[in-house]
Amino acid sequence: MAKGIRDKVAILGMGCTKFGERWDCDAEDLVIEAFEECIDDAGVEKNDIEAAWFGTFLPEISVGKSAIPLTQALRLPRIPVTRVENYCATGTEAFRGACYAVAAGVYDICLALGVEKLKDTGYGGLPNFGANAGSFTWLWWPNLTAPGAFAQLASGYAAKYGVSETDLKTAMAHVSVKSHANGALNPKAHLRKPITVDQALMAPPVAHPLGLFDCCGVSDGAACAIVTTPEIAKKMGKHDLISVKALQLSLSNGEEMGFDDWDYDRFVTTERAARAAYEEAGITKPREQLSMMEVHDCFSITELVTMEDLLVSERGTAWKDVLDGFFNLDGGLPCQVDGGLKTFGHPIGASGLRMLYEMYLQLLGRAGERQLKNPQIGLTHNLGGFPFLNVAAVAIVGRYGQ
Amino acid sequence: MAGIVSFGGYVPKRRLQRAAVFGAVGWHAPAIMMMAQGERSMCNWDEDTLTMAVAASRDCLTGADKNAVEGLYLASTSLPFADRQNAGIVAAALNLGDELTTADFTSAQKAGTTALIAALQAVAGGETKRLLVAAADQRRTKVGSFYELWFGDGGASLLVGDDDVIAEYLGSFSVSYDFVDHYREAGRLFDYTWEERWVRDEGYGKIIPEAIGGLLKKLSLQVGDVARFVYPCYFSSEHKKIARRLGMEKEQVANNLHKQLGETGTAHPLLMLAGVLEQAKPGEKIVVAGFGQGCDALCFEVTEKIADLPPRRGLSGSLADRVAEENYTKFLGFNDMLDTEEGIRAEAPNQTAMTALWRHRKELLGLVGGKCTECGTPQFPKTKVCVNPKCNAFHSQEDYEFADRGAKIKSYTGDMLSVSIEPPAIYGLVQFEGGGRMIADFTDCELHKLKVGQPVRMSFRKRYHDAQRGFTGYFWKAVPQQEGGK
Repeated sequence: MAKGIRDKVAILGMGCTKFGERWDCDAEDLVIEAFEECIDDAGVEKNDIEAAWFGTFLPEISVGKSAIPLTQALRLPRIPVTRVENYCATGTEAFRGACYAVAAGVYDICLALGVEKLKDTGYGGLPNFGANAGSFTWLWWPNLTAPGAFAQLASGYAAKYGVSETDLKTAMAHVSVKSHANGALNPKAHLRKPITVDQALMAPPVAHPLGLFDCCGVSDGAACAIVTTPEIAKKMGKHDLISVKALQLSLSNGEEMGFDDWDYDRFVTTERAARAAYEEAGITKPREQLSMMEVHDCFSITELVTMEDLLVSERGTAWKDVLDGFFNLDGGLPCQVDGGLKTFGHPIGASGLRMLYEMYLQLLGRAGERQLKNPQIGLTHNLGGFPFLNVAAVAIVGRYGQ
Repeated sequence: MAGIVSFGGYVPKRRLQRAAVFGAVGWHAPAIMMMAQGERSMCNWDEDTLTMAVAASRDCLTGADKNAVEGLYLASTSLPFADRQNAGIVAAALNLGDELTTADFTSAQKAGTTALIAALQAVAGGETKRLLVAAADQRRTKVGSFYELWFGDGGASLLVGDDDVIAEYLGSFSVSYDFVDHYREAGRLFDYTWEERWVRDEGYGKIIPEAIGGLLKKLSLQVGDVARFVYPCYFSSEHKKIARRLGMEKEQVANNLHKQLGETGTAHPLLMLAGVLEQAKPGEKIVVAGFGQGCDALCFEVTEKIADLPPRRGLSGSLADRVAEENYTKFLGFNDMLDTEEGIRAEAPNQTAMTALWRHRKELLGLVGGKCTECGTPQFPKTKVCVNPKCNAFHSQEDYEFADRGAKIKSYTGDMLSVSIEPPAIYGLVQFEGGGRMIADFTDCELHKLKVGQPVRMSFRKRYHDAQRGFTGYFWKAVPQQEGGK
C-alpha cells in the first residue's frame, strides 16, 4: 500500500531570481541566476545532478520546446531531463517529478527548475492564445482572459453567500494590501510599494469587479530546487533538514463547466488536492497546524475563496477572516509571506518553485525582515487554468521528522 | 391552398440618431441635414445579415413545426460570403435538418419578393409543402451620404406552405428592367448611385405603379378591394405620391418605416408586410411590392387562421426593443470603418480549421448539445462521455437543442483586457432550464444592469472576423433580458 511522499525527500538547496521586468535577460539567463544560488546552497557539484525536470508554460515566447534549453543553458552532462507543463502548476509539477524520482530510489540527486520569460510579448497580461487554445474550443468559448475568468468568482461567491458587493470588494482590497505590505519587505519581489485599501478600491477596472490592484503582476523569473533523500542529506553533513510532507494534484474534468452543481464560488479541485495533501502530511486541523501559506493569488478573489477550499476558513467566511487580518504577517495564519504572485508577478513555470523557496527560507530562518517566529510547516498552492476548468496543486513542506 | 403560414421580423436594438450623423459629418455634407430627423437601425458589431436572418426566422418559427420545413431561401445584397452558401449557414443555425433545399437570392433589392414568389410557386406547384423565406440586409454606405441616413439594418422571415395558411397567395406580377439607380461591382464595398431625382421619378415613381397596376389588372381587382398596400420607397414624399397616383387612400398604405428604421434592403417589403400582418383581419387583401431592377408585386388574402397564430416579437416587438445611439463613431466602428488601435493582443491567431468546423457544425451553428440517454443530463458540448459524475456513460448522448431554452446568469464579468470592439467584453456562465450550462459571451447588454439569476435568451451572432483570410465565425451569445421584457 502506497504511503505517499511524506519525509521521503529532503530539499538540499534552492534558488530564486529577482522577479520583475528583466528586460536585459533571456530565459536562459534567469535559469543560470536561479541555479547558481541553488547549487551553492545545496553544496553539491553540477555534475552530481543525475536527472532534472524543467517547467515552462509558454516556451513559444521564450526558450522553445523540449527540455533541451535547460541542458544547454547549464551545459548539463547529457543527463535525462524532462520538460513539464501543466498550466500554473508547472513549477510544482517540475518539483513533483524530481521528488518522485528520488523517492522511488531511481536517482540520488535531482534538479527541478521552472522559468518563464513573459515580458517578450510586447503587451501586458498573459498572451492571447486565439486559435491555439484548441481547434474547437476557441470557436465557442468567449474570448476570455485570466482576469475575466477569475473575476466571475466574485459574482458567484457574493450571490451564493449573500455578501454585499461592497463588503467583498473591500475584503479583496485587504487581500492585496496585505500582500503588497509583505512584498515591500522582500528584495526579490517585483512590486515593492505598499498600497492602501483606498488605492486598491479606486484603481481602474480590469475585469469587473477586479481592479488593477486585484490582479497579480506579469513578470520574468526562475526558481529551482535540488532534492535528495534525507539519508543522503544527513550523510552530507546537513542538519535542520526541510522535507517534503505532501505533493498533490487535482484536475478538472469539465464537470464544473458542464454539469449543474457548481456555483462559480469555489475551486473543487483545490479542495480535493488539499484533503489529499493533509492526509498525506498527517494534518487534521490545517487552520491550527499550518504555520504559513503561499497560495495562488493570481487575483485577490482567487486567494479569498482558496482559503475556504484549503479548509482554513469555513465556507462563506473567508472574507471575514481577511478583514480580521487572520492572513496578515502577524495574523493567525500568515499567507503570501513573501508578497505572493501579487508582488512577484507570475512567471508561470517559476511560481510554484518560488513559493516553495519562501517556505524553505522561512523554515531555515533566512527570511530577513519578514521572518516568522519559528514556523514548522508551510503549504504552497497553485491553480492553473480557469475556475471552471483547472489544475490545482498543493505542496506541504516542513521540518524533517516532525 | 398556397400562402403565408407564419411571419417574423428582427431589427437590431440600436437606433442611430440621424441628427448625430449630421452632428459628426455635417461639416462635410451639410445637405444631409434635410434627412437628419428620426433614427435608423444599426447592427451591433456582432450582427450581420446572417444573424438578422436567423433572428427573424426564429421569430417566424415561433410555435411552428420546424421539422416540416423543406427548404430555405435567403435574400440579401449584403451576404457575408460570395461563395459559401449563406442560406446553408442560416439553415444550420436554425437546425432545420439536413434534407433541405437551400438557395441565396441576391443582386437586386427586389430579391426578397422574388424569393417569396419562388417559394409560393413551388408550394402552389405541389412540389413542396413548407419553405422558409428569409431576407436581411446590412447595406454599406459611404460616410455623409444620404443613403447612410435612408438605410437601416433589419431582417424578415415568412413561412410559406400549403395548409394552416394565414394569408392565401392570390398571384403575382413582375416586371424586370435593367434600371441602374445604383450598382455595386463584385468585390466592392459601396454602391455607385445615380441622381436621386431621376431614381425617384423614373424608378420608384413609374416602375412600382406599373407592377402594382399590372397585378390588380391580372387579378381583376380594384384599388379599393385591397386593404393594405406594402411597398418600399425611402423618398417619403414619393412613397405618398405613388399611392395617390394609384388612387389609394392614406390608410391603405403601409408605413415605409423611414422614421423608425430606415429602409432594410431586400428585407424591407417583407418586414413591412410582417408589420401589416400583425394587425390584419380575415378577408383583407394585401398587396406587397419589391423594387429593384424592376418590381415584383404579390397579392394575399388574410384567412381566419391568422387568429390562431401564437404571439411573437414581430416588427412591433423589435420596434419597442430599442436603445438610442447618439455616438456616430460607434456606427463607424461597428461597420469596420474606423482604424482603431486594437493592440498587439488582437494579433492572436484566428485561423478556422474547416475540418473542426465541419465536425462541430451542429454545436457551433445550431447550438446543439447532447442529452444522455442513460441519465437524462443535457450538456454542452455533446461529448463521448456523459458529464454527470454519477453516470459518465460512454457513447450515450443524443442531440439536444439549447437555442430556444430559457437560461439564467450564474456568473458574469465585464472584461477590459479582452480584445473587444466595444469594451468591456461581457461574458459569464449561463444555466439552462432543464439542465445544461455553458460559458458564453453576452451581448446587447450593459454591465451595470446585470445580476446573478437574471434571465437570458440565446442569440446567433458573429464571434470573430478573420480579416487575413476573409472568414467570419459565428456562434451563440446570451442576451440578458430586463425584468418584464419579452
